[in-house]
Amino acid sequence: MAKITFIQNDGTERVVEAEPGMTVMEAAVKNSVAGIAAECGGACACATCHVYVDEAWREATGTPEQMEEDMLDFAFDIREESRLSCQIKVTDALDGLVVRIPTKQF
Amino acid sequence: MSEELIKTDAVIVGAGPVGLFAVFELGLVDIKAHLIDILDRPGGQCTELYPEKPIYDVPALAVVTGQELTDKLMEQIKPFGAEFHFNQRVDTLERLDGGFRLTTDLGKRFECKIVIIAAGGGSFTPKRPPLPGIEAYEDKSVFYSVRKMENFRGRDVLIVGGGDSALDWTLNLQPVVKSLTLVHRRAEFRAAPASVQKMLALVESGDVNFKLGQVTELHGDNGQLRSVTVKGADGETFEQKTEIMMPFFGLTMKLGPVADWGIQLNENLIPVDTAKFETSEPRIFAIGDINTYPGKLKLILSGFHEAALMAQAAHKYVYPDKKLIFQYTTSSSSLQKKLGVK
Repeated sequence: MAKITFIQNDGTERVVEAEPGMTVMEAAVKNSVAGIAAECGGACACATCHVYVDEAWREATGTPEQMEEDMLDFAFDIREESRLSCQIKVTDALDGLVVRIPTKQF
Repeated sequence: MSEELIKTDAVIVGAGPVGLFAVFELGLVDIKAHLIDILDRPGGQCTELYPEKPIYDVPALAVVTGQELTDKLMEQIKPFGAEFHFNQRVDTLERLDGGFRLTTDLGKRFECKIVIIAAGGGSFTPKRPPLPGIEAYEDKSVFYSVRKMENFRGRDVLIVGGGDSALDWTLNLQPVVKSLTLVHRRAEFRAAPASVQKMLALVESGDVNFKLGQVTELHGDNGQLRSVTVKGADGETFEQKTEIMMPFFGLTMKLGPVADWGIQLNENLIPVDTAKFETSEPRIFAIGDINTYPGKLKLILSGFHEAALMAQAAHKYVYPDKKLIFQYTTSSSSLQKKLGVK
């Protein structure tokens, strides 16, 4: 199990437990974390599960692949730490991961 | 605006997999259908969101992509000659004696005895960038589509985005407008290579002004845009003058005008009974992801089941004097005739 912390725009935090193998998006949806719409259900086709990965975790989560980078064009307020949470697979190495949720997913 | 009036038994709102299969089930009981969809092709979410993604839970197909499933359904419903009306959204529904009149946003009108709402997650609509105050500019100086190119003639236009829509409109509008600025967050474009090349050539010749960055603020008065603030790739912001902005951030699903048809809703879903899949309004059915009932699962296979039961219930509205006898396609010669296999 890996603990993931989601921080909302207003600073409120939610810590959820995620099983290795699932995606960060799935962990959010399963626990009804607000602000992760995931309209397409994880097909990397909608850019509504956009998160900002905490600086300390950027190396561990890696960089977006081409498809994800393309889809990030459809998200808003993209920063260097922007990722689509449906493309981050939970592993034991990500225990403690911290991500921030944008003000709006659209 | 088209003044055409189409008379038919059934109108299916939404041409996703469930809307398509409804044509089949309605066809078996001699109900003719027209389909209306906001997208430009059949398949709904399957072809719009994940045409290449494998689906593993369609019975008898161990694996099928969204596009393949759509193609197979189109083949299956061919014998019933349903007509498709793409690129339009049903805006209004009026009640007539024994039916309805529907009007699309393109002005096409339909008179029908029953309506089947198979609209999935809702109507695909352009995403609205969460820029403060953007609502006030919409349809005045912020546009998500081009209905008339003439309205852009001689104006300063700013297009935001790097996909096919953004580039297509950059190329189409550039000869007409006074100036065209394209703003995109990176120097790569996920659009047809030919469009990218044409656009880059226009940037090279100075006919298109390309700016790397993201729009963060809008400035103007009474809905008329004067300029936008752009945060450049270096993090520095600058102001870009423009009269018109067109953001292209893809599509999202919204329930849309269905909400105004007088049908009972439950959190943007349409409650139905599980015998007929009829809504709170007689003669209006709802099948697929858009409906809700105890135990509902948003699965394509559930939508197929719902379509079959809906068609049985719909029969009495279209043929009030005929008794419907349930038949199997494997053995019924009359069904086989309809399918064109006998």
